[in-house]
Amino acid sequence: MSTTPAGETDRADRSGRARRRLGLAARYGTLLLMLVVMLGPIVWQFLTSIRGRTENVYDGVLPTQPTLDNYVRVAESFPILQYVGNTLVVAVLAVTSNMLFAAMGGYALSRAAWKGREVVFTVLVATLMFPFESVMISMFLTVRGMGLVDTLVGVWLPGAVSVLNIMIMRAAFLAVPKEVEEAAVLDGAGEWTRFTRVFVPSAKGALAVVCITSFMGAWDDFLWPLLVLTDSDHYTLQLGLKTLAGATTVNDQRLVAAGAMAALLPMMLFFFALQRFFFKGVGEGAVKF
Amino acid sequence: MEADTGLPHRAWWTPYLFLAPGLVMVVLFGLWPFVNTVILSFTDARILRGGGFVGLDNYRRAVADPDFWVATGNSVLYLLVVVPCLVFLPLALAVLVRAKIPGIGFFRSAFYTPVIASAVVVGLIWQWVLRSDGLVNTVFRRLHLVSEPVPFLTDSTMLLVSAMIVTVWKGLGYYMVFYLAALGNVPASLHEAAAIDGAGPVRRFFSITVPQVKPMMLLVGTLSAISALRVFTEIYILGGESGGPGGGARTLPFLIRQVGLGFAGETGYASAISILLFLLTLGFSLLGRRLTKGDEG
Repeated sequence: MSTTPAGETDRADRSGRARRRLGLAARYGTLLLMLVVMLGPIVWQFLTSIRGRTENVYDGVLPTQPTLDNYVRVAESFPILQYVGNTLVVAVLAVTSNMLFAAMGGYALSRAAWKGREVVFTVLVATLMFPFESVMISMFLTVRGMGLVDTLVGVWLPGAVSVLNIMIMRAAFLAVPKEVEEAAVLDGAGEWTRFTRVFVPSAKGALAVVCITSFMGAWDDFLWPLLVLTDSDHYTLQLGLKTLAGATTVNDQRLVAAGAMAALLPMMLFFFALQRFFFKGVGEGAVKF
Repeated sequence: MEADTGLPHRAWWTPYLFLAPGLVMVVLFGLWPFVNTVILSFTDARILRGGGFVGLDNYRRAVADPDFWVATGNSVLYLLVVVPCLVFLPLALAVLVRAKIPGIGFFRSAFYTPVIASAVVVGLIWQWVLRSDGLVNTVFRRLHLVSEPVPFLTDSTMLLVSAMIVTVWKGLGYYMVFYLAALGNVPASLHEAAAIDGAGPVRRFFSITVPQVKPMMLLVGTLSAISALRVFTEIYILGGESGGPGGGARTLPFLIRQVGLGFAGETGYASAISILLFLLTLGFSLLGRRLTKGDEG
């Protein structure tokens, strides 16, 4: 970082090195402190989830009788696998529809000017200004009008394609050079062929971002499923966790912790396995207006 | 049409065909709900029946409704506390993890982990830290710092503060990534020049880094303000369905759900509160935009 100007004495150089080493130590110290703040609560929850049934939760930091028993018990007393199944139905629908429709919409918006493009674009951007919470009552009425209350389709449909994803795909397609498209036209490729063979393969990074964010969105959403779903058979995982926390019959924090960890750990695996694509794709598809 | 693109095979309706699924969804679940909310806000509609036009009655009622003012106060307070935290702390964190030193990738991923966790999971994790028999209270009691457990989750004000802590904790890693991108654009030569002039790290942070990332700070400020007005799940999980004792920690989205749904749901009145929430959000977005423009001009 700090460069030593030429002509300094050896002593000053040595004190500079000492100061740098001190700075590095301070940096690692701060990093470790932040690590405790950021991961501490999660680790504490995890440790609680593997504590034995007979040991006191506060007897030391590490469990004395570590066990996976709590995970088995939570799966036995709560239909957690059913919740996961319901969530996966919504998530798979959301990922598929978002990737397909956002790519198609983004393609249309990125290609040469057509009549009405500016109007459509403005309308799409305008809808980004309405916070979900301020339209959720009307959205609920619309979904109820379609007869989709208390169905997984009703949970999925309003998020089937998000405007933000259309914009991400548009930005990625804008980066495709015109020459590539012209070459494909010369080869006799029609519009759909150009879309599927030329454009989609060149926007893999942005598609990965759409895939990851729509999966995580469906997996993590709480408020909308809370409005739409009433029958606990249809609950998504996040709603199921709420009943787990609120259940007065099981006042056992180990079970709640096991449930929370069962929801978090797959998500962490999913994200950290794909994070290369995520951070790369975010840069590639940076939204430009 | 072919003339300006040089591409054949393009019928005038082709773009519409590609956009059709997206447009249908946006009209059905983006535009229409907003228009419908505006319309409903002028009616006395209930969840199980339509309503008649009542003019501004719902808005008059909101202005006179103590619950509305408690919720608005909570939402605005939330914003005023959380936004400065989420503008400055993630910047400091980004500066911290920017150094290319061994193991830094691990720290970055670790700091991003709370972002991946859902709001419900995060709520459950912190509930277990903050409950009357939770980690913090147990440690406090063993150290004889308190005789009675601190009511982190059972007092409305404390509950709100606890939820703010959770929001900031979960937002740190998210906005850290924004700042990492912005810091990448700060020329290293500026820092080197300042270091030669004898400016220490703290001084360089305030006189070089902060001015360089100011546009990003305004963006983060706007985004975190909008999401602060949307807070629901943290309070629901930490404080329960009622939103704290007597609903004292309810935010506007909390109130909208309680008023608008259920068997006695007053969709008309809830829509009026929704519009007021929208206007509040719009106000803060415009403020953010204005500050950005003023900064550029």
